[in-house]
Amino acid sequence: MLDSVHNALFAGENFRRLMEGLGLTLWISFLSVVLSIALGIPAGLLMSSKNKFLRGFFRLYLEFIRVMPILVLLFFFYYTLSRYSAINLSPFFVSVMVFTMWGVAEMADLVRAAVTSIPAHQRESGRALGLSELQINFLIILPQAIRRLLPGVINLTTRMIKTTPFVFFINMVDLFKVGQQIVEVSGMRDRMASVWVYGFIFILFFVICYPISLFSRYLENKYQSA
Amino acid sequence: MPESQMVLEIRNLVKSYGERLILNGISLDIHEAEVLVVIGPSGCGKSTLLRCLNGLEPINSGDIYLDGGLITGPDTDWCEIRQKIGMVFQSYELFPHLTVIDNILLGPTKVQKRKRADVIPEANNWLERVGLLDRADAYPRQLSGGQKQRVAIVRALTMQPKVMLFDEVTASLDPEMVREVLDVMLELATQGLTMVIVTHEMGFARAVADKVIFMDKGVIVESAGPEEFFDHPQSERAKRFLNIFEFTGIHRVAAG
Ligand SMILES: Nc1ncnc2c1ncn2[C@@H]1O[C@H](COP(=O)(O)OP(=O)(O)OP(=O)(O)O)[C@@H](O)[C@H]1O
Ligand SMILES: [Mg+2]
Repeated sequence: MLDSVHNALFAGENFRRLMEGLGLTLWISFLSVVLSIALGIPAGLLMSSKNKFLRGFFRLYLEFIRVMPILVLLFFFYYTLSRYSAINLSPFFVSVMVFTMWGVAEMADLVRAAVTSIPAHQRESGRALGLSELQINFLIILPQAIRRLLPGVINLTTRMIKTTPFVFFINMVDLFKVGQQIVEVSGMRDRMASVWVYGFIFILFFVICYPISLFSRYLENKYQSA
Repeated sequence: MPESQMVLEIRNLVKSYGERLILNGISLDIHEAEVLVVIGPSGCGKSTLLRCLNGLEPINSGDIYLDGGLITGPDTDWCEIRQKIGMVFQSYELFPHLTVIDNILLGPTKVQKRKRADVIPEANNWLERVGLLDRADAYPRQLSGGQKQRVAIVRALTMQPKVMLFDEVTASLDPEMVREVLDVMLELATQGLTMVIVTHEMGFARAVADKVIFMDKGVIVESAGPEEFFDHPQSERAKRFLNIFEFTGIHRVAAG
């Protein structure tokens, strides 16, 4: 059995390729998460603004992204767009773009919820002390919003990481694709190969996502009582 | 009567929310070291009046002077004015992410740019006087309602305001905590702090007030000293309002 595990995971280039796949998976997740946070914060602030038009626009966008399966978006921007237009996007670009489109929508909604959950009298108390609006935002609203935001952002991060295997379907050689290629080759000789390879991938995802999820629970407990 | 300095002067203040007229021509003087108690039925505009005094609500017309200077002009810097007009609200309004001492130091250090080390002795002194020196490093969530309100009062006082506005600061407290907060305010009154107090605690109002104004439907109906107002209210509306609080009084007369 050890032989079979060894062959599936470590024979030839297998391990290096698996790690490369993992690297790509994490790289796509990382870029998408960072972009989503960077773009989601201003979008969320706009969503919580008084402007009805802006609010409505973001609401519509969020609902659209939520009902649309990620896979459909990936297929649309990769296959459909290149077939029926001159636009030819690389699978890597499409992956990051689609995950960011999703992440921004969710992130903006988290920011909106965090900011609007801060009671109005917090702002008033700041005003009554003579603080300027800018000081109120940075010293009172933002510190509280960030605490409420953190668990949700971490949760979104794990959701994005574990959704990345979808890029497999647009020919990205991510962790999942590498696994499948190994199984295809070794599976001829050893039927257990798929168990080891997918089991290994399972463990990798668990090892990455579980600590993040634990950390989020820790933060939630820490700030819940505030 | 000696001529004392005027701290706040309100002339013909009018305020409406949309079509609804809330304050309909309020004129009022508040002298240095004077304690003015504002009473009146719910919705008569007491909170709105206080909020207009420190610019939390824009007004429609009228003038407000602080220390003789007009503060309702077009280019009033409210951040400047609010340092001189402290306010404590009904709802607990400490900043939950800051400790007691940091709540208190925020205004003095960020708005008045005073040095932390310079303000701390003053803050501690106030905390000691309201009996909370040992809670300086606690977070608001670790305090009772009464303790939170006492901290809120200290937070406003550490800005060294000319006048303090109190809007029903005991209204959301459990009965056993009301007293500790009222005692702090009584002490401030005896020390000569200028205060405008909105309250539904009639016994306290009588004890603390130099002058009582009774408001109804956005106007001042009566304005008198506390004994005069509580013992001999002039208007029907004031009599009816005071009757609401009269259960024990009737009882005592019948028994004695
Ligand atoms: N932001 C607002 N928009 C519209 N109407 C308001 C607003 N704030 C207060 N009002 C109305 O103005 C009137 C006066 O309110 P205010 O809070 O000043 O009353 P109050 O005398 O403080 O009453 P209470 O004793 O219940 O605190 C009320 O009828 C209230 O409904
Ligand atoms: Mg009120």
